[in-house]
Amino acid sequence: MNSREIFNFVADGLFQELSSDESLNISFRGEDTDFVRWTQAQVRQNTSVLQMEISFELHKAGRRVLKSWSVQGSPEWDLIQARQQLQAARQEIAVLPVDPYLVPFENKGTSEAVFHGRLLEGEKLIAAIATPSKGYDLAGLYAGGTIYVGNRNSKGQNHWFANETFFMDYSLYNGANAAKACYAGFEWVQNDFESSLKRTAEQLQVMEKPRKKLSPGKYRVYLAPAAVAELSGMFGWGALSYRSLKTGGSAFKKLFEKERELSSHFSLSENFDLGLMPRFNEIGELAPVQMDLIRNGKLEQLLVSARSAKEYGVPNNYANASESPRALEIAPGTLSEENILKKIGTGLYLSNLHYLNWSDLQNARVTGMTRYACLWVENGEIVAPIEDMRFDVSLYDILGEGLEAVTEFQEVDPSVDTYDRRSLGGKKIPGFLIKNFSLTL
Amino acid sequence: MTPSTFSTALTEFKKQVDWVGLRFYSEKASRQVVRNENLEYHGSSHDQGIMIEVMIDGHVGYAATSDLTPEGLKAAFNKAKTFSTQASGFKAAAFTQEQRPSSRGQFQSPYLHRLDALTTEELIRILLKASQSLKVSEKIVCREASAWLTQTEIYYLSSSGAEWSQNFNLVNTHFLATAQDSKDTQTRSTGNSLQSGAEALRKENLLENCEVTGQEAMELLEAANCPTGTMDLLLAPDQMHLQIHESIGHPLELDRILGDERNYAGWSFVKPENFGHLQYGSPLLNVVFDPQESGQLASYAFDDVGNPATREYLIKDGQLLRGLGGLESQKRLGISGVANQRSSSWNRAPIDRMANINLVPGDKSLEDMISSTEKGLLMKTNRSWSIDDYRNKFQFGCQYGQLIEDGKLGATVKNPNYRGITLPFWKSLKAVGSPKTYENHGSPYCGKGEPNQVIRVAHSSPYCLFSNIEVFGGES
Repeated sequence: MNSREIFNFVADGLFQELSSDESLNISFRGEDTDFVRWTQAQVRQNTSVLQMEISFELHKAGRRVLKSWSVQGSPEWDLIQARQQLQAARQEIAVLPVDPYLVPFENKGTSEAVFHGRLLEGEKLIAAIATPSKGYDLAGLYAGGTIYVGNRNSKGQNHWFANETFFMDYSLYNGANAAKACYAGFEWVQNDFESSLKRTAEQLQVMEKPRKKLSPGKYRVYLAPAAVAELSGMFGWGALSYRSLKTGGSAFKKLFEKERELSSHFSLSENFDLGLMPRFNEIGELAPVQMDLIRNGKLEQLLVSARSAKEYGVPNNYANASESPRALEIAPGTLSEENILKKIGTGLYLSNLHYLNWSDLQNARVTGMTRYACLWVENGEIVAPIEDMRFDVSLYDILGEGLEAVTEFQEVDPSVDTYDRRSLGGKKIPGFLIKNFSLTL
Repeated sequence: MTPSTFSTALTEFKKQVDWVGLRFYSEKASRQVVRNENLEYHGSSHDQGIMIEVMIDGHVGYAATSDLTPEGLKAAFNKAKTFSTQASGFKAAAFTQEQRPSSRGQFQSPYLHRLDALTTEELIRILLKASQSLKVSEKIVCREASAWLTQTEIYYLSSSGAEWSQNFNLVNTHFLATAQDSKDTQTRSTGNSLQSGAEALRKENLLENCEVTGQEAMELLEAANCPTGTMDLLLAPDQMHLQIHESIGHPLELDRILGDERNYAGWSFVKPENFGHLQYGSPLLNVVFDPQESGQLASYAFDDVGNPATREYLIKDGQLLRGLGGLESQKRLGISGVANQRSSSWNRAPIDRMANINLVPGDKSLEDMISSTEKGLLMKTNRSWSIDDYRNKFQFGCQYGQLIEDGKLGATVKNPNYRGITLPFWKSLKAVGSPKTYENHGSPYCGKGEPNQVIRVAHSSPYCLFSNIEVFGGES
């Protein structure tokens, strides 16, 4: 049996066990991934991972219990384990208090999306990276393989998503100088990877001049799409969550209450047309293909899960349980690539940012560091790389009055997170030109 | 799965490669969250699988699977063998069986009462009461009480004769109060992460601590912003935890110093030649790697390659002595390290990680340190952390601050932050608290590695006093 058949076998087996006052939402998550960790353009560690997990949420008498367990891949054995989990859940649910915000399961439909890729394997894969990288000091991670996500419920809902993708997330070094890139997709094209390497090496060459040490102060900066992607990661830390707003954890409370506003150049949406992520969430609800969250600086809506909708009496927009963006897109503007340096004039070109955190959440203030190819620009010309600097800025400033322009081009930033498992998703992000960007250390 | 299943598999596999190790990992966890006196989440998980590691021509490669049938193990072994044979021609370093010791033994976390002695009803009752205790005012808009109880079993077997097992009981608790009025929102929290039994949740002072947490959130709502300036800074152990972690733990990791981590978490300002020579901090600074301290979250007998874990000084009298690197990094660099090659779970290869990194107590009472301070700030409980990829320039924020003026604790201040550079900061250490001020704090959330791994760490520390630190608050 393949992954989907195993999932269906276990799900069908559990649905048959349910009594009339029970309902069940069941999910599958699996992957078959090859990871290769690189340092100095050589293999540090290769790790192949086959993992499968089933989880369910059992409802009975207004209460709920969640369970998850590793799946072996032997259907009969896995169904025995599943039945034991169901029995344990029944014992626990009997002693739980009623859940006032329980969202009953419904049949939210059926969907199927399967994307096949053309990935390299084994010897070909390692040589395909090692051979053109020879002579570079390359560090990074290749991850490739298939990810499976399934969801069904006892009301008849049925979703399946699988995609076969890879990424080679890497950086090149010349001593302390570094440039960063990520080559990712469904099909490994050797020429494309080698072009990526060449572009990154050219970026590294720019770093060879002596570094300029900056003083703390306010600067005009250009944030390249990778830097904006890092900044937009903060939107997933409660900023766009309705529940976080109500529990004091949203950085956009003042935006919600119209006490502060953002620039008309700034628009943010969820766009599942990117195709990097299934539209269905943990309970199988299908999010709209496109949904504006912030349009021309004004908050249109926050992300609302079914549970928050019930708790706070607001419309559900089918967010995931953590109410974080899953397919984030920042709208492009009008700044062309050839005009970026000219528009910076004298200031900074920042390729990447690093280790961001809220320094004052209620005022949407963020601190972090510059990283990789960050350059000093004078009169529209690149002069020198900079020594890394710390920044401390409010989103209300840099995405408000400070946001001078947004690039007309966007880049796809695939998610390369691999905590516990390979993540899905990604963002589509332009570059930003910002004035009065505050460097502090 | 039984040990004999692994033994049978090992017998078959060891004929085909230079060396093979099997690491079985099973983790049962339960998590309960109560928010605003409602049970928001009640769930549990059972994660298990096996990591097969093979050595071929000096290269160590890995394959992990949740398929624990004999066929599943064989498929994983074949994958590891094939892929690692190919990778060995491009290996970054060559190893021998010296990097996989033939250790034998057991480890068991300390406990008085088994974790599963806590019934679901008892646990939920405790969390509901905690949530009620956090509610000291209607302005406490969010009261959250959660418990995460974990039982982990690791069994390791190798072709060179290693056979060891470790059983961990882990308790993570978190209690949070967010106060809100028309002008501001402030959060205060408490809790801990440690190795313990059910007794960790039956402590008599748990509800009292929750009430204090709620009251301090209310205090912050009325408090002035932290002042801006340069002054003495007294850090409580629950902030020292983060300070040690980010500016001592990570820069001393040998795989960072080797450059393995450059593409993700970063490099380090520390060079291999610094060990034994670099003055890292003031002579009052003494830091140990101590996986043997009972009850800390990252205590163990062996790291995940079977290296027996022992207490070692990393920094003594301010001088850097030893790095945080396991047997592989030690061989690559030709310097000594510690037993810290660890994996987050069965599906990740072991890399250099922190474990228990503790700051050794000094001789000052808390009162001594406050009374010796003319102008300063006391800061408690981390809420924000950021540091550069070489571990130099940091900025940290805390939940709760108090002014110190003319040797006395003064008004509470909100949004306290400070920033600095690692070596000057540790050199400004001017007093270290006595054992009476020493506290243990753990965290299950240290992220690092490619592929990414989140691992458990702990840092015990007394209160510590630093001179002339740049501090600042939030926006008015």
